[in-house]
Amino acid sequence: MAINKESNVYTIVFATIMVVVVGGVLAFLSLSLKDKQEANGRVKKKIEILSALLSADEMSKIDRTNAEEKYEEYIKEGVLLTSTGTVVKEGVEGKEAAFGVDIKGEYKNKNIAVKDRQYPMFIAQKDGKTLYIIPVIGKGLWGPIWGNLCISEDMRSISGASFGHQGETPGLGAEISQGFFVDRWTKANEVIADESGEFVPFEIVKDGTGANPNKIDGITGGTITSKGVEEMVNRCLVPYTVYFKTKKS
Amino acid sequence: MSEVQSKTKAPSEPLFSKKNRKLITDPLTDNNPVTVQVLGICSALAITVKVETAVVMGASVIFVTALGNLVISLLRNIMPSRIRIIVQLVVAAALVIVVNEILKAFLPDVSEQLSVFVGLIITNCIIMGRFEAYAMANKPWPSLLDGIGNGAGYAGLLIIVAAVRELFGSGSLYGFKVFGNAIPGSETGLYTMGYVNNNLVILPPMALIIVGIIIWVQRSRNKSLQESH
Repeated sequence: MAINKESNVYTIVFATIMVVVVGGVLAFLSLSLKDKQEANGRVKKKIEILSALLSADEMSKIDRTNAEEKYEEYIKEGVLLTSTGTVVKEGVEGKEAAFGVDIKGEYKNKNIAVKDRQYPMFIAQKDGKTLYIIPVIGKGLWGPIWGNLCISEDMRSISGASFGHQGETPGLGAEISQGFFVDRWTKANEVIADESGEFVPFEIVKDGTGANPNKIDGITGGTITSKGVEEMVNRCLVPYTVYFKTKKS
Repeated sequence: MSEVQSKTKAPSEPLFSKKNRKLITDPLTDNNPVTVQVLGICSALAITVKVETAVVMGASVIFVTALGNLVISLLRNIMPSRIRIIVQLVVAAALVIVVNEILKAFLPDVSEQLSVFVGLIITNCIIMGRFEAYAMANKPWPSLLDGIGNGAGYAGLLIIVAAVRELFGSGSLYGFKVFGNAIPGSETGLYTMGYVNNNLVILPPMALIIVGIIIWVQRSRNKSLQESH
């Protein structure tokens, strides 16, 4: 018996089988590759944390194959803070807890109130010094921007930074991830808190006065992304300065 | 295979007959999907800043056109014609997701650079064009070859454009620094003589200009491609 290929029943049956088969294959593939993709994400996060800590020269020796090992070598402890700077977890236990916090997810998730967000920090030992790495997240022009700031032993001055973005304009906003922009944060003795430990906000400027304390030259043609970096850093750093202040006193 | 052929009385044809070979070589030159049919230009502009991304993108498109053409050709006789475009879309979309998942798992860095463009392969006109124009009317083997040929035609052009853009925009080829080190303060090679990379080449318009120049050269060399009017 020949099947009428143009009948409604045949069409619906064909479409149903097709959807079930394709859906099944894709679900299987997605599940079987999920572990590997998540592992890639974790390695990427470790590379980003390390890139705030280490110089460009040292980073050029780190790739996906040895990032985990280097991460364990430098990062010794972690701290998890509330939005008011109270410690939730710290020490070696806090290292896992801090790494597990998905700050991008929390920033995007409208169901988590701003005051309920968790603030992770990583504590590294390098050349006998204790350094603090703070992850930050914010909005650029086209999508999310993020970064890590490395605070040196005095708990005030910025000793390293790295910035990343999802889709800022190449040559304009995307320049925030370039070395010259990072250097503006690290080479000019920028501090996040004054002598008494109070937070000092940063200002991204256009007039070339970036050499002044807590002023950073923005990127020409990337004003909105630069302003996004300013907002991101000023908002994210507050709980950490409270933590540093209590720790010092 | 021989049984089917004796039933349909089709002339037995070697797998790589002249006709079949032309299916692969034609789209590389005289019937190039990008320069002659002017399909798939959008992604050719976006991901040709570096050769590496162009190679991965090209390979992804070859995978999708080849397997998609094969699947569509196998289904062509049992497919209800009223929903054939939907079926083609589902096949293309499924293959694109497969490529995207594999890239994310095994080439995470390249996957990040290609970002949305892997997902956008589905909107690449070459794919639906080949499904509808060739695979719906031809046997699986020639369809597979046609898919590989058109994918390769696209990939080849992508790589040429990317090579020009990476060389003059970033001074490197496949990540290898051809002109020396451009980092201020520690320049080597050509950069010590005052050479600077051309930022315009990195920006999308230059890809269009390069594609235009390739089309110009190709048409001036091949009279059969020139329109009479």
